[in-house]
Amino acid sequence: MSGPPDERPAAAYLAGVLPGTGHLLHRRLMQSVPPYRWLLAAARRLGVTPRGLVIALPYGFLAAFFLVPFLIVLKISFAEVVIAAPPYTPLFDLVDDGVDFYLSVKLNLATYWSLWTNNLYVIAYLNSVKIAVISTVITLLVGFPISYAMARASEEVRPTLLMLVILPFWTSFLIRVYAWIGILKNEGLLNSFLLWLGVISKPLVILNTDWAVYIGIVYSYLPFMILPLYANLERMDLTLLEAAADLGCRPIKAFWMVTVPLAMPGIIAGCFLVFIPAVGEFVIPDLLGGSDTLMIGKTMWVEFFGNRDWPVSSAVAVVLLLLLIVPIVLFQRQQAKVQEAAR
Amino acid sequence: MDKPNPRVPFEPWKDPGAKPYIRLINVTKTFGSFVAVDNISLDIYQREFFSLLGPSGCGKTTLLRMLAGFETPTAGRIEIDGTDMSSVPPYERPVNMMFQSYALFPHMTVEQNVAFGLKQDHIPRPQIAARVEDMLALVQLSSFAKRKPHQLSGGQRQRVALARSLVKKPKMLLLDEPLGALDKKLREQTQFELMNIQEQVGITFVIVTHDQEEAMTVSSRIAVMNHGRIAQVATPSEIYEFPNSRYVAEFIGDVNVFESRIVESAADHVLLRSEDALCDIYVDRSVSAPAGAAAWVAVRPEKFHVSLAPPDGQARNTVAGQVWDIGYLGNLSVYHVRLPSGKKVTATQANLTRLKERPITWDDQVYLSWAADSGVVLVS
Repeated sequence: MSGPPDERPAAAYLAGVLPGTGHLLHRRLMQSVPPYRWLLAAARRLGVTPRGLVIALPYGFLAAFFLVPFLIVLKISFAEVVIAAPPYTPLFDLVDDGVDFYLSVKLNLATYWSLWTNNLYVIAYLNSVKIAVISTVITLLVGFPISYAMARASEEVRPTLLMLVILPFWTSFLIRVYAWIGILKNEGLLNSFLLWLGVISKPLVILNTDWAVYIGIVYSYLPFMILPLYANLERMDLTLLEAAADLGCRPIKAFWMVTVPLAMPGIIAGCFLVFIPAVGEFVIPDLLGGSDTLMIGKTMWVEFFGNRDWPVSSAVAVVLLLLLIVPIVLFQRQQAKVQEAAR
Repeated sequence: MDKPNPRVPFEPWKDPGAKPYIRLINVTKTFGSFVAVDNISLDIYQREFFSLLGPSGCGKTTLLRMLAGFETPTAGRIEIDGTDMSSVPPYERPVNMMFQSYALFPHMTVEQNVAFGLKQDHIPRPQIAARVEDMLALVQLSSFAKRKPHQLSGGQRQRVALARSLVKKPKMLLLDEPLGALDKKLREQTQFELMNIQEQVGITFVIVTHDQEEAMTVSSRIAVMNHGRIAQVATPSEIYEFPNSRYVAEFIGDVNVFESRIVESAADHVLLRSEDALCDIYVDRSVSAPAGAAAWVAVRPEKFHVSLAPPDGQARNTVAGQVWDIGYLGNLSVYHVRLPSGKKVTATQANLTRLKERPITWDDQVYLSWAADSGVVLVS
């Protein structure tokens, strides 16, 4: 021991007993700046705490950039089309004709009814879900082996492999989808290569079919499957596989009985991350799909820009959101369960 | 299996007719240029509780993993019950392992964890249920069958791991630092539980540990390892009383080592002269080294007799020094004594009487003496 003896009282070593500079500033402001004092008093009266302020930030963000735009869309979906700017009728109308003075609220439900009765929309929804489900399954089948190999690669190469997965994001999504046109078209790279190999004698028609849409979605969303799966598989305790082998379990069986069940949270997270955006996908079916590839995102675009039918377009969006909320809620409940188990 | 008569000591390694159950023959394992296990040959007998003891990095875990089949020997052979295990993968070996981390399957209940091994053997369902129930009763976890591992305490997880590795009735159970994650009190209690369970199931246990006390408590024999080699294989008491090298003497328990030179090497005794202790040392056992050779005499702290007056008529095996420090441990008092040569010697005395009646205090001149059969001559 060296230096002068520490003469602070024992209590000074307790956390938070010694006032910090922030505390001193607060005290000075309280004494000399009345508005500071009033503001704090008002905040306390309203039940605002520092903790509450921190929590309010994300809620404020969501309210401003998600809830308000959604309410606008919801409002438009109940309007009627008119030729005007904006091209829909107002919902609320203040009527003052000298005799009566009232607020007229007119909700047009015909738009929603037409979504149900018009086969086009129902088929578009079903087709979107079908394409999203099939793409998700293919993405999982492609993504799982890749994530598995990455997670089992030696520790030095793992960051590089991860980088390679993320790298495509450095190029615009749109440009990457356009690039697929060049690859898939009749005289494109793929067909030229296959013709040169002699595997086929005339070009395969891939572009402007559902096949091209699947290829596009699987390609574009693969990283969203790989990243959560990799994070999960990499964390897995490999002695569990040794324990399984020790107890008489062959490696392939151990994969199904140990690795896959433990990877389930990653599999589910990856599937939702692919499925949800794939349902509403517009760019890929528009660029790579054919005229008969009916997807709800494309339908919405046509209604909005082609027909200038904002109410129908908004109604399609609202219904899509409602359809997606079901899997999203399921997903969140599953995540909560995982958190519970991890504790 | 018959319960052996406790009066007849369990010492199959002394019986030339006994057949070793597990044989390691010139086993070597290298990782790149690092030799983890260096040409080890070892016989382990049925029903033994065998310990591999050594500091971390001495190769004990590698040896265990080779027995389990997770590593293959670079050279040499491992036989279990007469069968060469070289080409047998871990999932076909008649051995089970209890992992240091327990490696319980987190997505399965206690019951499912224990049943996992039996399911691999396609045993009928009711039979599996019965055996799992028996095993959980043995480790006193019957009421926890439906819990998941994360809902158990460390001690309970340890017992689930034990049950899971025992339920298949392996020919040999391998335990990798089985008690390492438990606190001291629970560890001591579990050591005895482990011994009882081993006696009940009659399976050969091979345990890896760096805790010498644990190895001494549970083992029938201990192999002390150092740098991939076996320094000594013997029973706990032989290891403690008759270590064959300074390494073993110093690894197991506390010891005072006096550097000496052999003066007289006879068939029934050795006489040494020590500059460290400044006295002649007489040991009533023969050694292989001739007169004139350097040797070390190891004396355990509790073998000393501490007195204020020189012992009568004993010039040999007596060192004089000054008390430098005293440690009071309740049951024992530890005296650190500084010899004129500068060497510090530790002696312990059982506190048979109350504190105020003990006359020795700091800076007293004391004499430490020991009997002819208490010292051990080490030539390496």
